[in-house]
Amino acid sequence: MSFQEFVFYFLSAVLIVSAVGIITMRNPVHAVLCMVLCFFTTAGLWLLLEAEFLAIALVLVYVGAVMVLFLFVVMMLDINMARLREGFWSHLPLGTLVALLLVAEMVLVLGGRYAGFYDTPAPPPLPADYSNTKELGRLVYTEYVYPFEIAAVILLVAIVAAIALTLRRRKQSKYIDPARQIGVRRQDRVRIVQMPAEKKE
Amino acid sequence: MQYITPLAPAYPELFLLAMACVILLTDLFVSDDNRIITYALAQLALAGSLVITYLTASAEPQLTFNGMFVDDLMSDVLKLLLYVGVMTVLVYSRDYLTARGMFRGEFFVLVLFATLGMMVMISANHLLTLYLGLELLTLSLYSMVALQRDSAVATEAAMKYFVLGSLASGMLLYGMSMLYGATGTLEITQLAETILDRGAKDVVLVFALVFIVAGLGFKLGAVPFHMWVPDVYHGAPTAVTLFIGSVPKLAAFAFIMRLLVQGLGAEQLVEEWQPMLIVLAVLSLAIGNVTAIAQTNLKRMLAYSTIGHMGFLLLGILSGDLVGYSAAMFYVVIYVLMNLGAFGMILLLSRGGFEAENLEDFKGLNARSPWYAFMMLLLMFSMAGVPPTVGFYAKLLVLQAVINAGYVWLAVIAVLFSLIGAFYYLRLVKLMYFDAPRDTAPIAPRSDVRVLMSANGLAMLVFGVLPDPLMTLFIYSIQASL
Repeated sequence: MSFQEFVFYFLSAVLIVSAVGIITMRNPVHAVLCMVLCFFTTAGLWLLLEAEFLAIALVLVYVGAVMVLFLFVVMMLDINMARLREGFWSHLPLGTLVALLLVAEMVLVLGGRYAGFYDTPAPPPLPADYSNTKELGRLVYTEYVYPFEIAAVILLVAIVAAIALTLRRRKQSKYIDPARQIGVRRQDRVRIVQMPAEKKE
Repeated sequence: MQYITPLAPAYPELFLLAMACVILLTDLFVSDDNRIITYALAQLALAGSLVITYLTASAEPQLTFNGMFVDDLMSDVLKLLLYVGVMTVLVYSRDYLTARGMFRGEFFVLVLFATLGMMVMISANHLLTLYLGLELLTLSLYSMVALQRDSAVATEAAMKYFVLGSLASGMLLYGMSMLYGATGTLEITQLAETILDRGAKDVVLVFALVFIVAGLGFKLGAVPFHMWVPDVYHGAPTAVTLFIGSVPKLAAFAFIMRLLVQGLGAEQLVEEWQPMLIVLAVLSLAIGNVTAIAQTNLKRMLAYSTIGHMGFLLLGILSGDLVGYSAAMFYVVIYVLMNLGAFGMILLLSRGGFEAENLEDFKGLNARSPWYAFMMLLLMFSMAGVPPTVGFYAKLLVLQAVINAGYVWLAVIAVLFSLIGAFYYLRLVKLMYFDAPRDTAPIAPRSDVRVLMSANGLAMLVFGVLPDPLMTLFIYSIQASL
C-alpha cells in the first residue's frame, strides 16, 4: 500500500466514524463537533484529489463560519432530548424500510450500466506548477462570469430581504443616538441658576 | 475561447441591475414622506429597460457570455410585455402599499430584482443561468410575501412557499444534473444537438425529464404540484399576489420553451414529455375549475382559476408544433393581462384596513360604480372565455392546436371544464349586477389607476375583436427563435 492509499483509507475511516457519530451522539454539541471533524477529513480527501482550493474553502467556510454559527445556535437553543426521542421505536420499522429503499435505489442508479460510474478513467496527472485556484479564478471570471454575477445579485437580494424582514424600528424603544449623545454640551444639561443667598431665620 | 464578450445584447439586464442598485442607495436618503421618488425611479428603470430592449431588438438570435445568454425575438417580445406588466403592477399597488405602510424602498428593489431574474430566465441559453434566474426570481418573491411580517397568514404563506419552492428547485437541479451526466453539457443548444446525435432512447434522459417536469409543475402550480398556490395567493398582501399571479408566468413560459422545447425537443423525448404534460394539464383543468366553485374568497378563487389556466398553457405546449407554442404564448400573455386586471380591481376596491377580497365585497358594484363593474365584467367574461372577449380567442387557439396535434378527446375535456369554470366567473358578475351593495364607501382611485384599469378592461374587448396582429407577432417571434 502506497503512502497515498494509506492516507486515503485513514481519512475515509475517520470520515465514516465521524459521520456515524453525527447521527448517534446524544449530546447535540458533540454531534456538531463530529460534523466539524467530518468536514475536516473531507477537506483532506479533496486535497488528495488535488483540489486544494476547494479543500481550503471547505475548511474556511464550513468549519470556520457555518459550523461555528451552528454550534452557537445549538448551544443557545434548549433542546429537549427526551421529547425528540419520543416514539423512536414506533417509527423504526417505517424508517428502516425507507432507508433500505433509498440504499437500494442508489445502488441501482449508481451501479447500473446507465451511470457509467465504473468506466470513468482516472484523470491524467497535472504538472507540479498547476494552480487550482488560478484555474478556478480564470474560469469564474471569464467563461462563467455571467452566472457568477447573477449569484452575486442573489446574495444581494438575500441581504436586502433579511434586513427588510428583521429590521424594525420600535417606537417605544429607548434608543439613544450616539452622535447626539457625544455631541452634548455642558449648557444643554446643566443650568446654573443665580439665586440671592437667603438668610437663615 | 473569447474573453471579450459583446455586452450589447445584455444591455437591458445591465441597465436594470445598475438602476436597482442606484435605487437601493437612493432610498437611504429619502424620508418616508418622499418615497414617491423611489417609486418614480423604479418606474423610470423599467421604462428605460423597455426603450433599450426595443432599440436593441433584432430578429437574428445573438449569443453572448460564452453562449449562456441569448437575445432572440421571443425574448425581446416577452421582455417588453414583462416591463409593461411590472409597471402596471406598481401603479395598481401604490395606494394599497401606502395605506399599509409597505410603500418602502425594499418593495421596489425586490420587484426590480425579481424582474431581473425573469429577464435572465427569458434570455437563458444555459441550464446554470436558467436555474440562477429562477432562484433570483423566487428568492425575491419569498421575501415579498413575508414583507408584512405582523400578519400571521402572510408569514405562513411565505414559509409554505419557501419550503415547497426549495423542494421544486431541488427537483429541477437533480434533473439538470442528470442531463449533464448523460450529455456532458449544460448549454441548451449543445444539449439539443447531443441528444439529436445520440438518436436512441436513453434511460437517464427520461429520468432527468421526470424530475424536470415535476419541478416545472411545482413552479407553474399545475396539479398535482399545486398545493402552495391557493395559500400563497390568499396569504400574501394583495399587491404581492398581483405580482406573483401575473408576470412570472411569462418567465415560466420562457423557461418551458427553453428547457423542454429547445433543449429537450428531440423527437424521442417529445414522445416522453407529451403524456406527462397531458396528465398535468387534465388534472389542472379538472381540480382548478371544480375547486374554485367552492371558494368564497376571491383571491383563493383566482388562485384555483390560475391552476386551470395553467392547464390550458400546458395544452398549448404539448401540441408540440409552432402553432401550439404560439397559442400557448398568446394564452399566457392574455392570462397575465386578465390577472393584472382582476387583482388590480381588488386593490382598487380595498382601502386602509379593509380588503375587498371576499366575493361579497363585490355585491352591487354596478350600483356603486357602473364603469368599474363593466371593466370587471369584461375581465370575468374573458377569463370564462365568452366571445367577443379575448379569453375566448385564446382558448380557441389552444384548442385548435390540440386538435391539430390529434388529441380531440383532450379538447373535449378542456371545453367541458371551461364550461364548469364559467360558473364561478359568472357568479361574480351576478353578484355585481343583481345584488344590493353592502359596502357604500365611494370608489375614487387616482387618475393613473383609472386610466390604466380602463385600458386593461377594454384591452379584453379590443384584442378579442382584433387578435390577429398579436398572434402574428407571436408566431413570427417563436419562428425566428426556434
